[in-house]
Amino acid sequence: MSEQKLQSQTVQTTGHAWDGDLQEYNNPLPVWWVYTFYATVIFALVYWTIYPSWPFGKGWIGGVSNITYVNSEGETKTHSWNTRALLMEDMNQAAAAQKPYFDKVSAMSYEEVARDPEMSGFIISAGKALFAENCAGCHQAGGQGLIGFFPNLTDDDWLYGGSYEKIHETLMIGRRGYMPAFNEVLDGEQIDQLAHYVASLSGMEHEAGKAAAGDVLFHSEAAACFYCHTGDATGRKDMGAPNLTDNIWLWADVPAATVGEGKIAAIRSVIAGGLNKGVMPAWAGRMSPEHIKVLTVYVHELGGGQ
Amino acid sequence: MQKGLEDQLGLYQKRIPIFTRSVKGAFRRFKTAVLVLAYAIYFLLPWMPWSRLDAPAQALLFDLPGRRFLIFGLTVYPQDVVWLALLLFIAAILLFFVTGLVGRAFCGYFCFQTLWTDFYIWIEHKVQGERPARVRLYRQPWNREKLLKVGGTHALWLLASFWTGLTFVAYFTYAPQLVVDFFTGQAASAAYITTGILTLSTYAAAGLMREQICTYICPYGRFQSVMYEPETLAVHYDARRGEAVHGRAAARAGQRTLAERHEKGLGDCVDCGLCVQVCPVGIDIRDGLQYKCISCGLCIDACNTIMDSFEFPRGLIRYDSEKNLASPTPTAPKVHWKRLKTVGYGVALLLMSAYLVYSVSTRGSFDRAVTQIRQPLYVVLSNGDIRNRYQIRITNKAAEDQTYVISARGIPAEALDLGNFREVTIKPGHSGLVQASVRLPPRLAAQTQNFELRITPVGKPAEARSETVRFDNPSKRP
Repeated sequence: MSEQKLQSQTVQTTGHAWDGDLQEYNNPLPVWWVYTFYATVIFALVYWTIYPSWPFGKGWIGGVSNITYVNSEGETKTHSWNTRALLMEDMNQAAAAQKPYFDKVSAMSYEEVARDPEMSGFIISAGKALFAENCAGCHQAGGQGLIGFFPNLTDDDWLYGGSYEKIHETLMIGRRGYMPAFNEVLDGEQIDQLAHYVASLSGMEHEAGKAAAGDVLFHSEAAACFYCHTGDATGRKDMGAPNLTDNIWLWADVPAATVGEGKIAAIRSVIAGGLNKGVMPAWAGRMSPEHIKVLTVYVHELGGGQ
Repeated sequence: MQKGLEDQLGLYQKRIPIFTRSVKGAFRRFKTAVLVLAYAIYFLLPWMPWSRLDAPAQALLFDLPGRRFLIFGLTVYPQDVVWLALLLFIAAILLFFVTGLVGRAFCGYFCFQTLWTDFYIWIEHKVQGERPARVRLYRQPWNREKLLKVGGTHALWLLASFWTGLTFVAYFTYAPQLVVDFFTGQAASAAYITTGILTLSTYAAAGLMREQICTYICPYGRFQSVMYEPETLAVHYDARRGEAVHGRAAARAGQRTLAERHEKGLGDCVDCGLCVQVCPVGIDIRDGLQYKCISCGLCIDACNTIMDSFEFPRGLIRYDSEKNLASPTPTAPKVHWKRLKTVGYGVALLLMSAYLVYSVSTRGSFDRAVTQIRQPLYVVLSNGDIRNRYQIRITNKAAEDQTYVISARGIPAEALDLGNFREVTIKPGHSGLVQASVRLPPRLAAQTQNFELRITPVGKPAEARSETVRFDNPSKRP
């Protein structure tokens, strides 16, 4: 194109001339480009009118488009357009849509909620979200817990009881599991005997002689294990003392050990060191009652409850 | 200033207006028949009633908020998306198949751009008159007559565009309610926006741009060219017959009959130009096959009319194949389908159509999805038993409430625990979630890799469906 123009004698110039013969070609912008530019200017004017645009004094020009929503206190809020207000609008709309379900949950008994197919579906989805936000940090995403730290909620063993009422109580007031460190009152031999006895309770590999001695120790005032774990070692639910006769381990990581001696060692370390970390915070006041109720049913369904 | 250069270098050639002459003939009748049929279906279908229990009584309704398409007696859910894929595949293959046989038949007779353009030209013809009158009107300065006629044409086009747009929207919501809402300002903003966009685009495409859509915008028109083979039938001008030794010539005295013309070495084409005047894309078919030709057949009708009036044989412009035209011994044109490509397209078309029909007709009345809960994969219970849990989602696709029973095979009956729901009742179009858990003693758990979950609609045992699911346990797997 430029070559054609250079060869041509009739190319338009701006009409200016410097040093006698220096001229400037006039290459106007394409018409479509100019009109597109004008269109963007008009677009900008319209945009400034509708949306927040210019800083003005201590604030800004808000534009004519507003976002109105009703918040959880029932107040009607109006803001000029902004993304936070958009989010609040969405959140409040979602909360309003969920409200009938939560109201129903409040009005129904635990059993009614669990048996109602529609409400059960709501519990599965709403409970999952609440669990993920509040509980999964310790109990893990699926409620499977972590051996040595947090109880597994999906098995059929409940430290403090697995009825709706007990689960609700656990959620409301929290729990504190405690076991003293027995290396302060017992010697290593005695702790070893107790460990063998505990292993024998759930049918694991053990030395019969040590287990028999441990049995005596378990029920004696010297060790006084039976105060919390009861005489038949099934544990007192009101204390949160675990059942030692089942196959479920929370504190001693028995399942991870592959040989009998390793399993015994895991039990021994718990008896010797004791426990002061079985803490669950209280959720009353942190979560609304209906959210706690949804979680109660959700957790109950996780492990089948009692 | 070089005005000519600027014009040449433009990005977009200025449209040369085309004023088509109307023509009578077999292809025109066929095109009109297709137009009437297509318009009857498009404009009337949303108004067809269809009684339903739980949905608006509209035969064809794309219910987007309800996540379902209601197509007569069939309800299509998002899970059936494979049907859409099949339908698109079938449509594409059908286009290839037909193009290989008879060229751009889709462009010429069935494409909505062609149909709407045809209809808009008909409106223009009715308001402004036949081609000479329209050319005269175009050239005359603006006056009352021109203003009225051109304005009237555009007003009618806009009206037709508007109704086209509104009809489209009527496929997505209950039509009678939509029309009332639309004019009382109660309809959804999406309805106004869609109608507005379609009104403008229809008006622009069928009224103003017309053949430019086919020439510059439409990809299908262009890629159909690669499907042409030498045997493909297309609209051709028989140059050998039309041009002879000394070319075409007007039918003046002394060269009016075939005998006189052949003696002088003149072709059969009397150069009347009618084939050019009727062409909706403004080409001269006598220049040979070209990409702009949408193969509408109107030039065949035009030429045959002239041939008849001179009592020359018909078919100077006709459907024929390149191969036959070039052959030293041309035969009567016919469809050649015995070619690898055509047969291949045909087989693919049949297979896919059969599969679609099979898939639609054998669809169960419900959908199911069984997911094993993966966190944790298994739980060891207090007595040493192993428990796996599953989430079963059942979607009822039938038209009425349905109760489902869930059972297991390959494990003891008592191992399956469905919690509070022995059976579950689901509303039409809704989904239900059931939590199932399976509890096996360690020895049995170690032997069980998989088992079957069976979902049976109560009263319809034939529609029961099974799903094989995994059972995980702590023992190491191979």
